[in-house]
Amino acid sequence: MSEDTAAVAAQKRERSPAVRQSGASGLLGSAAGRNAGLVVALVLLCIGGVVTAGDRFADVDNLLTILRLAAVIGVVSVGMTFVITGGGIDLSVGAIVALSSVWATTLATQGIANNTHWIVIVFTALVVGGACGLVNGVLIAYGRVVAFIATLASLAAARGLAEIISNRKTQIVNVPGFAAFFDASVLGVPVLVVIFALVAAGGWVLLNRTTFGRRTFAVGGNPEAARLAGIDVRRHTVWLYTLLGLCCGLAAVMLVARTTTGSATHGGLYELDAIAAVVIGGTLLTGGRGTIAGTVFGVLIFTTLSNVFTLNNLSISAQAVAKGAIIVVAVLLQQRLARRT
Amino acid sequence: MPLKRIAALAALALALTACTGNTPQNSGGGNQGGVKVANDEPGKKVVIGFSAPAADHGWMAAITNAAKAEAGKYSDVELRVVEGTNDVNLQISQVETFINDKVDAIVLLPFDGAALTPVALKAMKAGITVINVDRQFDSPFAARSTVLGDNHGMGVSAGNYICERLKGKTDAVVAEIAGIDSLPLTQDRSKGFAEALASCGLKVGNRVAAEFTVESGEKAAANLLQAARKIDAIWNHDDDQGVGVTAAIKNSGRNEFFMVGGAGSANVMREIKADNGPHKATVIYPSTQGADGIRLARLAVQGKSLGDLVEVEVPREVQLYAPVVTKDNVDRYLPTAFES
Repeated sequence: MSEDTAAVAAQKRERSPAVRQSGASGLLGSAAGRNAGLVVALVLLCIGGVVTAGDRFADVDNLLTILRLAAVIGVVSVGMTFVITGGGIDLSVGAIVALSSVWATTLATQGIANNTHWIVIVFTALVVGGACGLVNGVLIAYGRVVAFIATLASLAAARGLAEIISNRKTQIVNVPGFAAFFDASVLGVPVLVVIFALVAAGGWVLLNRTTFGRRTFAVGGNPEAARLAGIDVRRHTVWLYTLLGLCCGLAAVMLVARTTTGSATHGGLYELDAIAAVVIGGTLLTGGRGTIAGTVFGVLIFTTLSNVFTLNNLSISAQAVAKGAIIVVAVLLQQRLARRT
Repeated sequence: MPLKRIAALAALALALTACTGNTPQNSGGGNQGGVKVANDEPGKKVVIGFSAPAADHGWMAAITNAAKAEAGKYSDVELRVVEGTNDVNLQISQVETFINDKVDAIVLLPFDGAALTPVALKAMKAGITVINVDRQFDSPFAARSTVLGDNHGMGVSAGNYICERLKGKTDAVVAEIAGIDSLPLTQDRSKGFAEALASCGLKVGNRVAAEFTVESGEKAAANLLQAARKIDAIWNHDDDQGVGVTAAIKNSGRNEFFMVGGAGSANVMREIKADNGPHKATVIYPSTQGADGIRLARLAVQGKSLGDLVEVEVPREVQLYAPVVTKDNVDRYLPTAFES
C-alpha cells in the first residue's frame, strides 16, 4: 500500500518530463503534429496508388487486402512499441511467431482441440508466446544480459526448437471451427482486421491511460530515476517482454488461420518489419517516448507500399529500396520536428 | 488478310519442322515442342497473374524469367508478375490482389503449398483458373491444373546412375547433400534416392542438408567432407547450392569421388561437357515449369485442348520427366538449362 502510493507520488514527479515527450496529455497538440508527417506520407502513397492503379487501388476489396496483410505484423508491432518505449529491443519476435505457430498446430494440440474446442489452439499459442517473452524478460531484467544479445539468442533458439518440434515439416490444421471463426467477417470487416484494431486500441489505452503505461515511459526514459521513484524496473521489464510475447502468440494464431498451417519458416524477418514500423511511427529507439497511433501508421505505410508495388508489377527489390528510403526520411523528419518543439 | 495468311503459313512451317525431329528447339515462336498450330493463334485475351517465391537462387530466377518470356510470345496474354517473396503472409495478399483484379488465371508457385491452399481455393471459388506449379497444394480443389517436376524421380534417376557407376562395389560410401529439409520436395527426392540405392545394395552413408543457396551449399559440403574420410559418390540435390559444394570440394583437395548434380544448371552441364570437375552427371528438374504453367493457363481459359493429346480439355496434372544428363547427351539439354 505504502509502496504503491510512493510509486504514484514518484511518478507524478517523473511524469511531467516523460509525458511531455510522449505527447500523451497534449494528444491533439504535439502528437497530431508528429503524426502529421505520417498521415501525409500515407496520403501521398494512396494518391500514388490511385494515380497508378486507379479503381484497382481505390476499392473496398483492395483496402481489406491491405488491412489483412497489415493485421499480423501490426499485432507484433504494437507489442514491440511497448518494449522499445521501455528502452528495450526484441529481435526474437519472428522466431517466437514461428515457434508458437508450430506448437499450436502439433498433432497432439490438434487432437486435444478436436476433442474439446478449437480455442485450445489459441490458448497454446498465447501460452508459448507469453512464456518465450517471459524468458526474454527474465534474462534481460534479472540475468542482466543486454537485450540485443538475449533476444538474438532467443531468435536462434526459438526457431531451432520450432524446427525440432515440427521436424521441419509444414503442419496443416484440420480443426473445424478454427478456420471458420477466423475467416469470418464482422459487418464486412474480416476478423483478423478486427483483432488488429482491438489490439491497437487496447495498446493505446494501456500505454496512455494507465499506470502501466506511465511506468513504461518512466522506465524507458530513465531507468535509474524510475527505480529511485519506487518503480520495480526489473519486474516491469519482465512484464513488457511478456506482453510482446503474448502479441507474438496472437500473431501466430492469425498467421495459422490465414495459412491453415504452422511452420518453422513462418514469421521470417518479422523483427525487422516490426522495428521499422515502430521507428518510423515516431517511437524513440532509445526509449522513453512511444506512440501506438504512430506504429499503426507505420505498419499501414509499409503494407500500402507493398500493395501499390504489387498493383503496378514492380519488383520486390525496388520495394526494399523504397522501404529503406522511407525509414531514413521518416527518422530525419522526426529529428527536425523534435528539435523545433 | 494476306499478312495473316503469311503468318499462319509461317507458323505451320515452324510446326512442321518442329515435328520432323525430336531435338528440342529453344528459339522460334510459341509453337516449339509440337503443339498444334491452332492453339497458338491469338484468341480471347487472357490476363494471367504470376507469383513465385523470392528469386534467391538461379533456378527460381529462371522460373520467373522463362514465364515472362513465354507470355511475351503471345499477343493475347497479359502477364502480371508480382516479384517473389518468401513471406507466405505477403504472397497470400498478392494472390488476393489478383482476385480483386478479377484476372482470368493465376499461375502460382507457392513458397509453401499448404500455406497458400486457402487463398488458392478462394481464387477458384471466384471463378479464376489456378495453375499450381512445382510445390503442390494440399487440396485437389485448389487448382484447375498442376505442373510438377518429378522430385521422387530425380532421386531415383540419381540413385540408379550411381548404382550403375559403382557396379559391384557394395561397400561404397554414398553421401547426399539435400536441399531445404522442411519442403516435401526434398523429402521426396531423398526417398527416391534411398529406394534406388537399396535396389543395388547401397545406402546413404552420410547426409547433410543445405538451403539451395551457394553459401549454405559450401557450409554443408565442408561439414560433410570433415565427417566422411572417404566417399565414393555424392548426390547433391541442387546445382545452385552446387556452386558452393564444388568450392568446398576444391578447397579440401579431395578427388576420390564423383558427384551427381540436381536441377540441371548450365554451368554444371558445361562442367560435365568439359569433364574438368567433380560433376559427372546431373538430374534435370525443369526450370521451365512456370512457362508451362503460363501455356496451360492460356489454353484452359481459352477452352483449348493440349495439342498432341486427344483429350478435349487441359489435363489435371502434368508431371515432367527427370532425365540424367551425362557427357554423352549433354548437348541436348544445355540449351534449356538455367544459369545459376
